[in-house]
Amino acid sequence: MINFQPVVLWSDIFVWLLVLCAVVFALAVRRREHLRQPWVKLAANRIAMASATVLLAFVLIGLFDSLHYRVALEGKPGQKTQYAVEVLSVLDALATPLRTRNEKTYSEPFATRLYAKETVDVPGQGTVREYPRLKYGGKHLAEHEDEVAADAGFTAFRAGALAFLGWLAVAGVVSGVVGHGEAPGTGWQRIWRGETAFAWDAVLVALALMLLVAVPLFWLSGQYHVFGTDKVGQDVLYQILKSVRTGLIIGLVTTLVMLPMAVLLGIVAGYYRGWVDDAIQYIYTVLNSIPGVLLIAAAVLMMQVVIDTNPQWFSTAAERADLRLLALCFILGITSWTGLCRLLRGETLKLRELEYIQAAQAFGVSSWRIIIRHILPNLMHIVIIALVMDFSGLVLAEAVLSYVGIGVDPTMTSFGTMINNARMELGREPVVWWSLTAAFAAMFILVLAANLFADAVRDAFDPRAA
Amino acid sequence: MLAYIVRRLLYALPILLGVNLITFALFFVVNTPDDMARMQLGVKRVTPEAIQKWKAERGYDKPLLLNAEAGGLAVLTETVFFQKSARMFVGDFGRAEDGRDIAREIGNRMGPSLAIALPTFILGLFVTVTFALTLAFFRASAFDFWGVVLCVAMMSISGLFYIIGGQYLISKVWRLVPISGYGGGLEAWRFLILPVLIGVVSGIGSGTRWYRTVFLEEITKDYVRTARAKGVSEAAILFRHVLKNGMTPILTQSVVAIPGLFMGSLIMESFFGIPGLGSYTIEAIQSQDFAIVRSMVFIGAVLYIVALLLTDISYTIVDPRIRLR
Repeated sequence: MINFQPVVLWSDIFVWLLVLCAVVFALAVRRREHLRQPWVKLAANRIAMASATVLLAFVLIGLFDSLHYRVALEGKPGQKTQYAVEVLSVLDALATPLRTRNEKTYSEPFATRLYAKETVDVPGQGTVREYPRLKYGGKHLAEHEDEVAADAGFTAFRAGALAFLGWLAVAGVVSGVVGHGEAPGTGWQRIWRGETAFAWDAVLVALALMLLVAVPLFWLSGQYHVFGTDKVGQDVLYQILKSVRTGLIIGLVTTLVMLPMAVLLGIVAGYYRGWVDDAIQYIYTVLNSIPGVLLIAAAVLMMQVVIDTNPQWFSTAAERADLRLLALCFILGITSWTGLCRLLRGETLKLRELEYIQAAQAFGVSSWRIIIRHILPNLMHIVIIALVMDFSGLVLAEAVLSYVGIGVDPTMTSFGTMINNARMELGREPVVWWSLTAAFAAMFILVLAANLFADAVRDAFDPRAA
Repeated sequence: MLAYIVRRLLYALPILLGVNLITFALFFVVNTPDDMARMQLGVKRVTPEAIQKWKAERGYDKPLLLNAEAGGLAVLTETVFFQKSARMFVGDFGRAEDGRDIAREIGNRMGPSLAIALPTFILGLFVTVTFALTLAFFRASAFDFWGVVLCVAMMSISGLFYIIGGQYLISKVWRLVPISGYGGGLEAWRFLILPVLIGVVSGIGSGTRWYRTVFLEEITKDYVRTARAKGVSEAAILFRHVLKNGMTPILTQSVVAIPGLFMGSLIMESFFGIPGLGSYTIEAIQSQDFAIVRSMVFIGAVLYIVALLLTDISYTIVDPRIRLR
């Protein structure tokens, strides 16, 4: 029995708060037919459902990475238990082989030898300069180093077959549920003819592709470094997995943080007009006229000073990095709420002139009640569209900001820090291309899925779209 | 028209004052000059005397907003806010950590910055509008579909990828142009061509998609149907009517892109080692030179406001129905 102490980082709180919000929102929507309509439309959209499946996989990785704990150190009996400084997550526990099997320095994907030559003592021959064998990559091959392709191919094939079986099981269950109470096989037929209200065919195809790629990858990663290792010998696949959470937090928490302010100010400005409107417009014009990067740069610089002058606030390095991540979310949120606020103000200006609101006013319904019962629900589609549209931009922005040095903490794994660390290695000969490629590819998949999903959401929710 | 411009410029004053107050709050209230001094001096030499000396050398030893000790107008003028922030209105940005005059430095670096931002902007606009018009011409065909797919894919690629990939492929593998650097005079084009190219390519995805929507919306309008009924060819409709009418949203979008242009050049300049305002800012951020960052925030806001005004004026040129009063 391993003793551990749960650690709740601030960003974990936000992540789970976000999950809670999503659940509450889903329950609220379920009970109301008119709110459910756009979601039904979205569920029938093949591209949306396929990209949602991919996004869900990323979210699951992120959630596993948001349950943190500290392992208890071995101590003498009777002594007060001490906990390790290192904060781990459930994902770290699941990926222990990836996390712990570090090489000395760079190694290529599927390599069995190190990237750099070293002086090695060979018994009987004295010292020789050669590429040393990796400690873990391809260790099971022992003498038969040249059989990497055959071995890896065979393993991948086995894992792929297993993945296919797993997929068949999932598809079988789904078609059983779809064709419940009908003749056997009807569910299966209806799915592939696209006759279901929910785009099951797209989900299943996306799932099949993901399983066929992911299962062999993870299987192989037990024996090889499938994406190679980085400068300090860490597995690149592990870094990619860790980056997912950072990207998701930047993309989602930022919007969550700015939503209350944008919604409140936008509605108040549009509803009350007059000097309130002028004041709010002034605030967002001022914020808007400072180019985003510069405002972010200035704010992050200042935050860095605060963090550096108050080291006593943090008990672990993870907490410091985490707080910096959240601060970055807040700063990004403050610079990006203006667009949404302006949209909401404009829409509220239009809404408040409609008959049913005039009627409510004539009946003497209080302003706050009108805003909450009549105006806010009619603005939700704009909020949802903004939330999904902003996501991909924020994930991309993180990489750029980390490059400039105003992004996440350098000790925190993110796509930005990965790219930044790997960037200089392109000058080497032979080129160290794997970490850069892997980071860009992972980011591309995440952002592409988010973009496609955002488009579908906009089409489903925008009343102007025919 | 002139009255309008003057009035707009007067409106800009309270906004600039707001920008000024925000930077002031960020740089002097959230972190007091003492914090900055401690940061700049490092951990070892922090004695109260050293901090006092550091502050006195840079003029941070005055009260922040009100100087109660001074008499008369000096209550307001002998303060950090007036000396450091309000002076930016007259173009006095003070000195950087290395003692150089920031205003002069900005003047020197303006040229290279413009040399990269302007061609990127104009060429980018031209390429994306052309591409979008072509897609709109072949609308609802396989070409259009795959064009949009390509755009979404290009949008999803990180801007850093274009830069790193372009530098690696064109400069390192093919050795066509230098990887980075800058030369004065006519030789500069060899250094500029790659950043401009990459800037244009990385903007194609989102730009084309947006303009295509604009054009498609325009095509459904009544005047287009009338023109078609009269027997005007489809190409003539697109270039003569749709393009002109689509100009207004295109202009609006261009202004939104101007702060982005600043961001783009920020990254671009530091990657390509071009001595412009962007790399100046990044260097300042990395060496934590607060005076430079403060000045750049102010200048960025000024540029944005001027760009906004220029757009409004250009509306009248594109759309004669709009009158500025």
